[in-house]
Amino acid sequence: MSTPVIEARHLTKRYGGATAVNDVSFTIAPGEIFGLLGPNGAGKTTTILMLLGLTEITGGEARVLDHNPVREPLAVKRRVGYLPDAVGFYDNLTAADNLRYTARLIGIAADEREDRIAAALARVELSDVADHRVGTFSRGMRQRLGLAEIVMKNASIAILDEPTSGLDPQATLELLAIIRALKHDGVAVLLSSHLLDRVQSVCDRVALFQGGRIVLIGTVGELGRQVLGGGYAVDVEAHGEGLAERLRQIPGVQGVEEPAPGRLRLLADRDVRPDAAAAIVNAGGRLTRLSVEDPNLETIYTRYFSNQREQHAA
Amino acid sequence: MRREGSPFSGLGTVFLKELSDHLTSARMLVLLLLVVFMAVLSVYNAVQQLKESTAEDPYLFLRLFTVTREQYPLPSFVSFLGFLAPLMAIGLGFDAVNSEHSRRTLSRILAQPIYRDALLFGKFLAGLVTLSISFVALWLLVIGWGVLALGLPPGGEEMARAFVFLLMTIAFAGVWLALAMLFSIVFRSAATAALVTLGVWLFMTVIWSALAPALAAAFIPPDPRYAALGLPTPETTELQTVLSRVSPNTLFSEIVLALLDPTTRALGPIYLSQLQGAVVGTPLPLAESVIMAVPQMVGLIAGTIVLFVIGYVVFQRQEVRA
Repeated sequence: MSTPVIEARHLTKRYGGATAVNDVSFTIAPGEIFGLLGPNGAGKTTTILMLLGLTEITGGEARVLDHNPVREPLAVKRRVGYLPDAVGFYDNLTAADNLRYTARLIGIAADEREDRIAAALARVELSDVADHRVGTFSRGMRQRLGLAEIVMKNASIAILDEPTSGLDPQATLELLAIIRALKHDGVAVLLSSHLLDRVQSVCDRVALFQGGRIVLIGTVGELGRQVLGGGYAVDVEAHGEGLAERLRQIPGVQGVEEPAPGRLRLLADRDVRPDAAAAIVNAGGRLTRLSVEDPNLETIYTRYFSNQREQHAA
Repeated sequence: MRREGSPFSGLGTVFLKELSDHLTSARMLVLLLLVVFMAVLSVYNAVQQLKESTAEDPYLFLRLFTVTREQYPLPSFVSFLGFLAPLMAIGLGFDAVNSEHSRRTLSRILAQPIYRDALLFGKFLAGLVTLSISFVALWLLVIGWGVLALGLPPGGEEMARAFVFLLMTIAFAGVWLALAMLFSIVFRSAATAALVTLGVWLFMTVIWSALAPALAAAFIPPDPRYAALGLPTPETTELQTVLSRVSPNTLFSEIVLALLDPTTRALGPIYLSQLQGAVVGTPLPLAESVIMAVPQMVGLIAGTIVLFVIGYVVFQRQEVRA
């Protein structure tokens, strides 16, 4: 793996006696989309603010693009784009004017400013409302304008705090498409969310936060194996005689359930779909559906926290 | 360890943006209309009074600022300004920082490569320059009108006095701007900040002038020997002066007195021995008047700086997140 763009080592943040972030460590590679997941108040935003040098670090160390965000905040903030939770703009200014203000703060040279603003607005499909006041914008448009700011900045890292919260499904899809396009350009993306299925569709790796700690970290598949155990669940819809018996004989299948007539669920230690299909066809059955359940973040998340509760109760 | 980069990068950008916000805002327009209306009223009154009185006055022009008509005792121009300058400053400053919180723009702006210093200082400077522009315009208006209405040009010394007065009006407004910005940092709600600042302003303007003598008398009870003669006790009077000078309004009115009335020989209590050899009623030269009011002037400027610095420290330590 190439040198990480973000490296958090034992990051800790305490407010008075309360610990908001407790010994958090992770690394993000260039061009990777990394998701911070967890319930509200789990320490995701505080972690982000520490990486940006916007709040002081109580313990541990952060390196962002090989800079220390506490000591060299300007160097970090020049190359990192940040989209805060429920981003705000100056409502009395137009979209382009808002970007012009930020462009001046970033220090983009006057002769390339307009080109970069126009390109960024085109990228997020806001060109036709560039001269409308932001006060008239919907939430999704504001989020996209926030991404335009990051595009304009030519950031190497985009940090997005709850980018999809409060958006309708269509706006969410559009936003995720822009995030994927950022990754395509080699931008590393760190995003936090509590909307699991959406996040799962874009993230390369995720870290699960709970009570200020990272309790799980890895790809969605890895987390699935860790939390749900190694099992695969294959759903079959087929009509025929004695199918359950036939399926049970496939090597690797540990159990067969029949939740409804014509519907079977195989629990196996590997992906047994080809064998199951062959078995049903050989038995003269009519196969209408065959699918394997991917490890799903929602399932992992729910299962993890219910396991936790059980352990606490025990 | 030193932090990298200049604390002033981005200052000009913030300053220009805030300045254009102020100058185009409806709030500023309303405040300015109010001030202009009051100024026109009081200067009209002064002009009428000056035309009626035939007494020779070497500083006729300065009377424009201080005189009011006897039969319609509206406040003079300086009293109006003493009242409205703080109001304008508070109007510009009370939501400087907390509005960035409530619009959720603060963390986005601070994620750009600038320090918080630039944001706060840019805002303060923009407010101060906005106030300066308004006061200079108002000042020119009064003087121009004076030339037309009185039909005589102001003398050099009168202009110099009026100019120092203008600078001090800006410094006086600066105190209130810095206070309003301090409260805009401390209180997350703009309404709370506005109410608290207005409360302090009312207290300093109205209540404090009545409270200072009472407090002075409580700390140093008047000497019955002086009271028997119908005289104030010097120690009590001195304490009262010190106390009343806590209010920027007192400082401002003393500066106005020294600058715009050249016959003023002392601010605060004066002993008979100090009057020995003085020709009462003769004007002092400009330099003497300015020297007399220097402590008050320094007080206003220092007050502005101290309030700004307190706000700066609070802002630096504040969490970005609500």
